[in-house]
Amino acid sequence: MEIRSHKFRQNAADALANEQLQNALAHVRSKFIQKRAKAVNNLKAFDTLRDNATAIKNHTLENLDVYLEIFEEKVIAQGGQVHWAATAQEARGQVLDICRRVPAKTVTKGKSMISEEIELNEFLEQNDITPVETDLGEYIIQLRGEHPSHIIAPAVHVNMDQVRDDFRKHHTHLPEDRVLEEPKSLLLEARGILRERFLKADVGITGANFLVAETGTSVIVTNEGNGDLTQTLPRVHIVLASLEKVVPTLEDMSQILRVLARSATGQEMSVYTTLSSGPKRPDDVDGPEEFHVILLDNGRSSMLGTEFQDMLRCIRCGACMNHCPVYHAVGGHAYGWVYPGPMGAVLSPSLAGVDKTGHLPNASTFCGRCESVCPMHIPLPKMMRHWREREFEQHLSPPSNRRNLKLWAWFAVRPGWYRLMTRFSHLGLRILSGWSGSIRWLPFARGWTRHRNMPGPERQTFMQAWQRHLVERRKS
Amino acid sequence: MSTRSEILKKIRGAVGGPDEKNVRRVSVEQHIKRHPAGTLPSKISSKAGAIKLFIKRAKSADATVEQCGTANVAEQVASFLREHNLPATCRTGTDYKLKRLVSSKANLLELSEGPSDGNDITAISCALGGAAETGTLILVSGPENPTTLNFLPENHIVILHEKDIVPHQEDLWKKIRKKYGSGEMPRTVNMITGPSRSADIEQTLILGAHGPLRLHIIIVKG
Ligand code: SF4
Repeated sequence: MEIRSHKFRQNAADALANEQLQNALAHVRSKFIQKRAKAVNNLKAFDTLRDNATAIKNHTLENLDVYLEIFEEKVIAQGGQVHWAATAQEARGQVLDICRRVPAKTVTKGKSMISEEIELNEFLEQNDITPVETDLGEYIIQLRGEHPSHIIAPAVHVNMDQVRDDFRKHHTHLPEDRVLEEPKSLLLEARGILRERFLKADVGITGANFLVAETGTSVIVTNEGNGDLTQTLPRVHIVLASLEKVVPTLEDMSQILRVLARSATGQEMSVYTTLSSGPKRPDDVDGPEEFHVILLDNGRSSMLGTEFQDMLRCIRCGACMNHCPVYHAVGGHAYGWVYPGPMGAVLSPSLAGVDKTGHLPNASTFCGRCESVCPMHIPLPKMMRHWREREFEQHLSPPSNRRNLKLWAWFAVRPGWYRLMTRFSHLGLRILSGWSGSIRWLPFARGWTRHRNMPGPERQTFMQAWQRHLVERRKS
Repeated sequence: MSTRSEILKKIRGAVGGPDEKNVRRVSVEQHIKRHPAGTLPSKISSKAGAIKLFIKRAKSADATVEQCGTANVAEQVASFLREHNLPATCRTGTDYKLKRLVSSKANLLELSEGPSDGNDITAISCALGGAAETGTLILVSGPENPTTLNFLPENHIVILHEKDIVPHQEDLWKKIRKKYGSGEMPRTVNMITGPSRSADIEQTLILGAHGPLRLHIIIVKG
């Protein structure tokens, strides 16, 4: 997927003006937040489990080399194969080699963000292999020629009418006058169509929520059952996973599972948590004959030992974006690359380069909600600040930002001038607000006021108020 | 240098020196061997408590649950099929526990054996166990209970013995280690909590996605 993060400002402005998108985003604001809050409140131990989950991942990352080696040994001992990929290109090549050898015409796919990251679908198509997305949301956006706008609800930006139109346009072998009024009828139609695909596919590709080192197991967590059909029916099962997905033991996985579903969809457990270890055994009557795990680095090992290491604890639950006012306002596509929201603002510069995605760490109000809901205690705002600093150091931020910051720095080290300046700008803002209420127009900040009003300032600057407070305290 | 050793070298450079790796391997292996359980949220002290909680949780995940004695399993299955206007044909694996339970009432049900090719309407499986905390069933692959039966038929009936209901999933990891050996696994372990669903269209929850539309659990007493 072409990186469009440098156009974040334009993307965001377009998103704000898109009425259909704004309606769709309302579902994120209302439903996700409520469901998570309910699930978390119902579990007293939630915070303890969060601490445990964080500690487990920290321990794993500190010994990542050892855990990956043990995982690999176990997979091989059970008859599976492990392929190491440093880059997206290498991973794509490995998938293609396996598909060519099979040989595969159709590949079914469970939901995988890694597949998006390495742009697998486009690549397979170029090589005459048909990838079929089987998660309902992924299927919808594949028909639309789009990319996911959310890491767990890929089609959250699409509404029901659009899905209906897409199905009528693409499922032309079905009667034109069929009734598609309810989400249920749309789901059943997709179920019927994908059933045939499942049964015909030569290779099934899934992601992995966890890799368990103890047992050489890959784990997927889903609700629809599509991931299971993807990995059970075809002759070959390929798992696409990034390095940091490994956890030590089944017990460690269970600790993290307890915070994953609650943070993601507000369920206690997702419907299907499936553990796959190796290919089918000699007396098994179903399951794949080959089991491959592709371990993708693609920039992650460079995050270890840096201020961004904590980001590798991420379990892709989506809570940070579900609670982010910027995501609520602009949706996932505005971020311009695979990973949206706060986790994307931190991860994308690490994986795709701060030069290409440098705007993203600025897509934040620093309200701190993302960190407060993150089940893995990832300090997202702090890491966004790190990126901003780096962007500034590398002279990557736009000249106007740099000029303004320099100007501010000049005033900041000269307290007398600073106070004078703040008093003047305070006066200016009071005049703009008509001495009360809110400001509807600001010079140099039309981007802000075009879509909302800015509250007018208090009567005094903070420093004036503080000074008065000190004087009064001295008196009393 | 191969990609594998390059990646591992890079990780090692970031997390610790090469010599120190063996020391870390020893402590990591100890952690795996001890596999500590961490925090187990629900305090469940009795078997009856576990069964009660399992039923409550499974129902809240939209499964249907019945309890019956060993002699009445076939009747339970038949009444579920009748209630939903389903034919009496069911696909099963070779699990002897299931055979024993339904064989005396062979005339009530028409059973066929083997994996599913997608044409079965109803399947019956036996669970390895159930975790009360979340109402989760655990099923393992093999000829006794082929994995395709858990996903392809529209209706999935799962037989669960009372004695196999445990408080937490961790109790079932113990059981799996005992059955298959430490660090060994069957090809597939399915943890199933309710029937399949999707909320991908306007975040509206719909039951019955690619997996079963109905999940019916029969808990066998004694
Ligand atoms: S950063 Fe935290 S909240 Fe966001 S997806 Fe990752 S684990 Fe979830």
